[in-house]
Formats: sequence, C-alpha cells, structure tokens
Amino acid sequence: MAEPLDDYIDAVSKALALPVEDAWRPAVRANLEVSLRLARLVDEFALPDETEPAPIFTA
Amino acid sequence: MTTKPEMTASEIASAVVRGKMSALDATEAALARIKQHDGVLNSFTDVTADRARTKARAVDADIAAGKTVGPLAGVPFAVKNLFDVAGLPTRAGSKINRDLAPSKRDATLIERMEAAGAVLVGALNMGEYAYDFTGENIHDGPSRNPHDTTRMAGGSSGGSGSAVGGALVPIALGSDTNGSIRVPSSFCGIFGLKPTYGRLSRARSFPFVASLDHLGPFARSVTDLALAYDAMQGPDADDAACTTTRGLEPTLPLLANPVSDLRIAIAGGYFQKNVFPEAVEAVSRVVKALGATKVVDVPEAARARAAAYVITTTEGASLHLDRLRKRPNDFDPAVRDRLIAGAMVPAPLVDRAQKFRRWYRAQFAEIFKSVDVLIAPATPCTAPKLGQVNFNLDGVDLPVRANIGIHTQPISFIGLPVVAVPVPLEPLPIGVQIIAAPWREDIALRVAHALEKMGVVAAPSPKGF
Repeated sequence: MAEPLDDYIDAVSKALALPVEDAWRPAVRANLEVSLRLARLVDEFALPDETEPAPIFTA
Repeated sequence: MTTKPEMTASEIASAVVRGKMSALDATEAALARIKQHDGVLNSFTDVTADRARTKARAVDADIAAGKTVGPLAGVPFAVKNLFDVAGLPTRAGSKINRDLAPSKRDATLIERMEAAGAVLVGALNMGEYAYDFTGENIHDGPSRNPHDTTRMAGGSSGGSGSAVGGALVPIALGSDTNGSIRVPSSFCGIFGLKPTYGRLSRARSFPFVASLDHLGPFARSVTDLALAYDAMQGPDADDAACTTTRGLEPTLPLLANPVSDLRIAIAGGYFQKNVFPEAVEAVSRVVKALGATKVVDVPEAARARAAAYVITTTEGASLHLDRLRKRPNDFDPAVRDRLIAGAMVPAPLVDRAQKFRRWYRAQFAEIFKSVDVLIAPATPCTAPKLGQVNFNLDGVDLPVRANIGIHTQPISFIGLPVVAVPVPLEPLPIGVQIIAAPWREDIALRVAHALEKMGVVAAPSPKGF
C-alpha cells in the first residue's frame, strides 16, 4: 500500500531530477516525516509579519 | 628535553622558544605517537610528515637566526579533513570528494596557525560531509574514543576529538554546525571552543550549512584553547560571514581574571530534560564550583532545535544536490537519504525557520541583559558504544544519533560562543557547555579557566589504548 508521502516524493523527485530508488524510499520517507514534523513545530509558532529572516545581507 | 605525550601546546612552545626543545623534536614526537597509536584510534586520514618536518626545521632556523617566532612555535596540530590542506583533496569525510583536485592553498585558519609557529601534522577523520554526531565513517572507519576504543569519539569532528583526547597532538581544529566541536569534546574529555558565528574565517574549508557553520579549536587545556583561538582571529574577505566589525580581541591576557563578578546561571527547562545521570552530575559539579543558583528558562529551545534541524537538512541538500543526482551510490546511505529528504522540504518552512531564528536570537539578547554565562549539558550521555542505535532514558528507547546533539543545537542555532569543558567522571568523561553572549568568547574561556584551576574540569589521560 502506498504511504501518504509517496506521491509527493515522486513529484518532487521528478521536479528536481533527483533519483529516489525503491530501496531508498522507506528511509527517505522516514527522514522526510521527521523533517516535516519538526518544520511543523516551527510553522505553528506565530511570528509578526515584519519578522526578518536571520541571515543579514548588506549591499 | 624529551617530549611527554601530554605536554600542552604552551609548554611545547615555551620549551621551543627557550631552546630546551627543537620544533623538529616536538614534531617527531607527535609523528611517533600517531604512528604508535593511530592504528587503534583511527583519528588521522592523512599524515603530512614531510610538510611537518619542513615547517619545523623552518621554525628552528628562525629561532637560531634570532628571529621572533609566534606563540605556537613548534606546536604540532591537525585539522578535520574538511579544511583545505595544500596538496590534498578536501575529502570532508566523503568518498566523492577524493576525486577533487588537490587543494592549491591551505585554509585560512591553517595559515594563521602556521604563521604563529604551529606545525600541521595531518588531516583528521570525520563523519561524512559533517552530517553526523557519532564520529563513525562508512568509508574510513570510525574514529575511536581514547578512553574506551569500543565507544564513539563523537562527531562530526570525531578525529579531532580522538587525536586530542588520545594526546596524539595538543591542538586540533574542527567544525561545528549543530554540535560537532562540542559533542566530540564531551565524549573524548577535552576542551573545545565553538566561537561566535562569524568570528573565525571558514575560508577554504568544505561547507555544510552556510547559515550555521563555525570553525574552532580543541585542546587539553584552556590556555591552549585560547592560544589557538587568539592566533586564528581576524577578518577575512574570503568568508562572507566573517566579521568585519570586530577587531582582534585576544583572550589569553584575560584568562586569569576573576569570575566572581560574572552573573552565572543554569539553563533550565529544556536543558534539564533528556539527560542521563552523568550529565546531571557533570552540570551539578560545575554549577556548585561556580556558586551558581539562578535558573534561567530558555524559551522555545525545542522549537529552536527543530528550526536548526530544518535549516540544516535543507541547506545541506542544496549544497549536495548535484552530487545526489550524479553519484547517489557513493554517499553513506544514511547521509544520502537524509539529504534527499531535505531537498523535499517546502521552501516556506525553511524561511519560517530563519525567521524564528531571528525571534529566538532576541530572546537570548534579553537573557544576556541579566546573565553573563549560561551552564548547560554538552551531551545527554557519555560516549555510546560504536554502532549503538538506541539508548534507554527513563524507560523510553530513543535513537542515539538523533538525540546526541539535542543540547548543542539550540545554542549554535543563534551562533553563541561556547566552551565545552570536560568533567572527568569515571569511567568516562562528559562535557558541559559554558555559554556566553555573542562576541564574549573571553568570558566563556575565563569561566572554563577558573573551573580548570579549581580542578573541577580537566582532560583525563587516555586509558583506552
């Protein structure tokens, strides 16, 4: 049975021309689940609209 | 004068300058120790013996000619193999990079160490592309812990920890993106300095995460750490993140200043969770010696760690995208699969992580209005067994790799300077983080020095080989 992220992995793999062999897929999926879970934790934190990203560029 | 394995850098330099020992003798002694012990420790991937002898002879010639030599005269040192070393391909722990052309020029920090008289003796093992906390390497084998060679050296600067902890060299250089200086320092029982983000030039080192990469020294004493750090300071146009606003700020003259005027606090909340009794004991000893009682709860540290994770995996993926396309089977599969997943994280989530970083930095700016130093564990545990997958904490099985850096990541996330100090517990040492406000490496080093003088922290003699 296909996992919920498999369609997404296939689409991004194609868009980026980034190969994901079948043997790697479970580990890629597991890592992506961790990354998205942690990203969600950051996403849930409300920030003021005017917040600048940390990296500073000086022209 | 013969060299003893655990002579500090300052002792070697002093003996060399006074003519009690030649730089060549100091170099030969280090090369002999590497030859004798590195078969077990596996900390070196390249030994640059010819280059080292040439440099040592040049230092000796300068002394014979009455020329002034630097404060690291004749001191052997080695670097994580992500530093460019002229004549070597910069492998960065990988198989793929071995195909690169040999570097034409040394990394800036090597040039500065050698300008101070130090002698490069080789390049050190590391986790592949620095995406690692264990010091294990699928291509080169693991760096081994000098106190128990069945255990991890810590990563990703595993060879740096192993070589200094094993007293093969008094000083090594490494990199720290999420904890890769502080973790090996903790596991190998040595001192490590992760300076403020932007303080030391990263020019001509192989990157990992541009937003979070730092370089810094390891040593067996705080004086040596300060000596190396001071020698490496200074602006560098070849690193876009290297400070242009801070001048040279030598720390060595300030080391012995009292710490009684400093406001020292214990990092609470997140930093007191997920720790084994050894880490609790180590923090307790440090805190007691410093007389610290105030506990400061660092807000949103778990989210900071999460944001550091997201930035790391996505910037790392960006760095390696083309190699992932062309040579995926030449990566360590564990690194490859994490990087591929990193390439698939949607961009808005990365932007939010960078914005959260700005917010979190402001929280620390508030904390540092009333506190000069924060004390926190460096690792949740002493060195795990090589290959160990899980550890059991409070009855819960947790993955080792993912949890080794939980206390270091929320600190490097906003680039704070940290000295990792070794508490010599038995049977294995463990580190504690001495964290200061941005650009106040001098304060962190001063506290580390005071603890060293009190005998609370020290690099134990290697006993594992």
